[in-house]
Amino acid sequence: MAQRYDLVVIGAGPGGYVAAIRAAQLGMKVACVEKRASLGGTCLNVGCIPSKAMLDSSELYHLAHERFGRHGIKVDGLGLDLAAMLKRKNEVVKSLTDGVRYLFRKNKVEAILGAGRLTSPTTVQVAASEGAPIELEAGHILLATGSEPTPLSFLPFDGKAIVNSTNALCFEQVPDHLVVVGGGYIGLELGSVWKRLGSKVTVIEFLPRIVPMADVEIGDILKKSLTRQGLEFHLETKVTGAKVQDASVTVTAETKDGKALSVACDKVLVAVGRRPYTEGLNLDGAGVKVEAKTGKVPVDAHFRTNIPTISAIGDLIRGPMLAHKAEDEGIACAEILAGKPGHVNYDTIPSVIYTWPEMASVGITEEQAQQEGLKYRVGKFPFLANGRAKAMDETEGLVKVLADATTDRVLGVHIIGPRASDMIAEAVTTMEFAGSAEDIARICHAHPTLSEALREAALAVDKRAIHS
Amino acid sequence: MAAVPITVPGVGESITEGILARWLKSDGSLVKAGEPLFELETDKASSVVPAGSRGVLKIAVAEGETVAIGATIGTLDPAATPAEVAAPARAQAASSAPASAPSASRPAAAGAASNDGAAADTGVPLAPSVRRLVAENEIDPSRIAPTGRGGRITKGDVLAHLQAPPAASEKVATAAPLPATAQAGDASPPGGTAFQATGGDHAQDSRATTAGRETRQRMSGLRQRVAQRLVQAQQTAAILTTFNEADMSRVQALRAQYKELFRTRHGVGLGFMSFFVKAVIEALKNYPTVNGRIDGNDIVYHNFHDIGVAVSTDRGLMVPVLRDADAMSFAEIEKAIAAFADKARKGTITVDDLQGGTFTITNGGTFGSLLSTPILNPPQSGILGMHAIKKRPVVVDDQIVIRPMMYLAFSYDHRIIDGREAVSFLVRIKECIEDPERLMLAL
Repeated sequence: MAQRYDLVVIGAGPGGYVAAIRAAQLGMKVACVEKRASLGGTCLNVGCIPSKAMLDSSELYHLAHERFGRHGIKVDGLGLDLAAMLKRKNEVVKSLTDGVRYLFRKNKVEAILGAGRLTSPTTVQVAASEGAPIELEAGHILLATGSEPTPLSFLPFDGKAIVNSTNALCFEQVPDHLVVVGGGYIGLELGSVWKRLGSKVTVIEFLPRIVPMADVEIGDILKKSLTRQGLEFHLETKVTGAKVQDASVTVTAETKDGKALSVACDKVLVAVGRRPYTEGLNLDGAGVKVEAKTGKVPVDAHFRTNIPTISAIGDLIRGPMLAHKAEDEGIACAEILAGKPGHVNYDTIPSVIYTWPEMASVGITEEQAQQEGLKYRVGKFPFLANGRAKAMDETEGLVKVLADATTDRVLGVHIIGPRASDMIAEAVTTMEFAGSAEDIARICHAHPTLSEALREAALAVDKRAIHS
Repeated sequence: MAAVPITVPGVGESITEGILARWLKSDGSLVKAGEPLFELETDKASSVVPAGSRGVLKIAVAEGETVAIGATIGTLDPAATPAEVAAPARAQAASSAPASAPSASRPAAAGAASNDGAAADTGVPLAPSVRRLVAENEIDPSRIAPTGRGGRITKGDVLAHLQAPPAASEKVATAAPLPATAQAGDASPPGGTAFQATGGDHAQDSRATTAGRETRQRMSGLRQRVAQRLVQAQQTAAILTTFNEADMSRVQALRAQYKELFRTRHGVGLGFMSFFVKAVIEALKNYPTVNGRIDGNDIVYHNFHDIGVAVSTDRGLMVPVLRDADAMSFAEIEKAIAAFADKARKGTITVDDLQGGTFTITNGGTFGSLLSTPILNPPQSGILGMHAIKKRPVVVDDQIVIRPMMYLAFSYDHRIIDGREAVSFLVRIKECIEDPERLMLAL
């Protein structure tokens, strides 16, 4: 006996649960299928949230070690209770995943536990943990099953020595030496966590740069900072294998000039990227087209797959694999299904790296501007010259604003420094309103705040910063 | 010497008020006698008023305000010294430094005068950079085409507006002036029928970008007045339209034959308009009611013929009047029309130019109109609509021949012109156009 819903969402991650709630707000009868007992997907359970909890905890530990003295704070007997830190992280995760469950109840979204599988363009079968499978009939199906860490074919995850990001969020002991394969944001964030907690960390990256998509100048500053923090980098180096022997691992790699590199460590974190997760969905059986090379599900401007009753959002489809992108798509998709206009502006999606200093950006990089032949002007301002940053003793980094040379419209903003993740919101808003650098410069910013650095950078576009 | 008051000049008998459209000099600046000082918009036209004397300007009434004729809107003080120039805009930059002192020095409010007016006009607050640019350059924000989210003006929009030449920046369908181009093929003054007045707004709307599904633009004072009068005309008079067609081949032949000599002798091209003006006058003489107007319960017959020729300008439809056109020669008519075209282009048409016509001719033909129903120009009782000349097969002496044909439309006030009179009037015009010799022989 099938239960009928207007919308069945498969996946309760940020894309799925937000879409489900929005659809319910718009009057649809919604069910959300999730095979993990706790809702919230990768983001809440093994991604954004736990990593940020660990990053903040480990940063505090680091500050206690390295910086409290500068503030005149004496610390005796400073020690680490990793179990307690992990426990706090788990509590944060639990409270948020419980929160999603509460939101589902509040909005009358039916949460169905089990692995969902397409049995037709309008039916989903859920393998319940016990008892017969549940049949769901759907007016529309939304695929939001997200992504999983991409393994290296010659280095499969074993969960102990060769680990992925999920494992790296719950090491029971601080590794002596952690090798991170991949210099993207996941590797750098987790590498930072364990470095602060006492590990030696070596990052091996295949490309000539870490964070390759970021603005080059900003990426360079991050690398210098992380190096100063003690991370070791091997760029343009390709990992060729790893040999696990008892509790230690020997990683072999080849540098650009063909030199062999061998690193002995106790854990290898493979963070070379993520790929869409569609296991068990039976997309083939339902006739949903999938891009063979990337595993992504092609969709049109309304998030529809080739099957008219099936849509897909988030990490499953094209675009940056970011939780907030999935959320925005979830809302847009729900609104479109409800007959309203729904829209995501992909040009103003910010991206953030939660290392310390944090890195945040929106819009195009300077390199992209040059590639596209755009005439632009640049304004920069260092946190060293910002009052609040000095008071906080966090003066590393700068703000960079790119503006069109003719219209002064803001094309991109790149920040590396304290709380960049929060500061970027102002830039996103400005760009959404097609604002100009002068607009930012002429708006009142509270003093003393870090946000003034953005204002000064905007003034600097016109070469009239006051404070530098 | 005391400050000299600046008063709103009278612009015509029946006009008692207007809108102070914009100040052409900034508050506190030194103005020379005779320099253009402000723009006044009335029912009929926008006129530029020059400063009557030299002095430092003190503005008392802001742009966008409705002012009575004779009201004082500011003063020119010959004894004062000009204020620190551009105090408003520049001060903003200095005062907005992130000082720790909580008291924010408010940017000099002078610049704000026009800003407030601007915000009020568009209803949407202006972005800081836009405020600054608009103040520095004394632009009316309602004239800028917005491309920002929700119809907001971006800094780029203002910069683009400043780059573009004034006529183009209005972005109205056409700003075609009266023809200095009278010698061109089918050049006739681009007259206006009601549709032209709205053409410009459509052009505005189509520039509304993906930023919003709607764009809002305040109508200029002139356009608002024109809109009011059009509706009034429609509701007061019983407007009907009768149609006919004219074979333009004789007129075309005459023009072809004499155009060079005409230009050499008279210094102006021989267009179609002079023929039509003459034909209209001939018909008006035969049917004098069409040249009259209703005043209360009286019909007033005018013993003169002041023919208005409709012109589409970037500010809206204007109808400058050829005074005593019956006494004008072909050349004089063409010259007068060309002169009006020039004035319209420069925005220097005065209200006097536009007042007192007894009949109007309008031409949708330059825009390609085949047939239309012109609306009356109150308080007139008739209007002739000219259209595009198109070669068509017609029957002449039982033969099918190809002739350059123009549809003619005559809209009239049925309260004083009856159907037979209207038809006959138009037939008379047709006859005079098809056989221009009739004009010579008063036949």
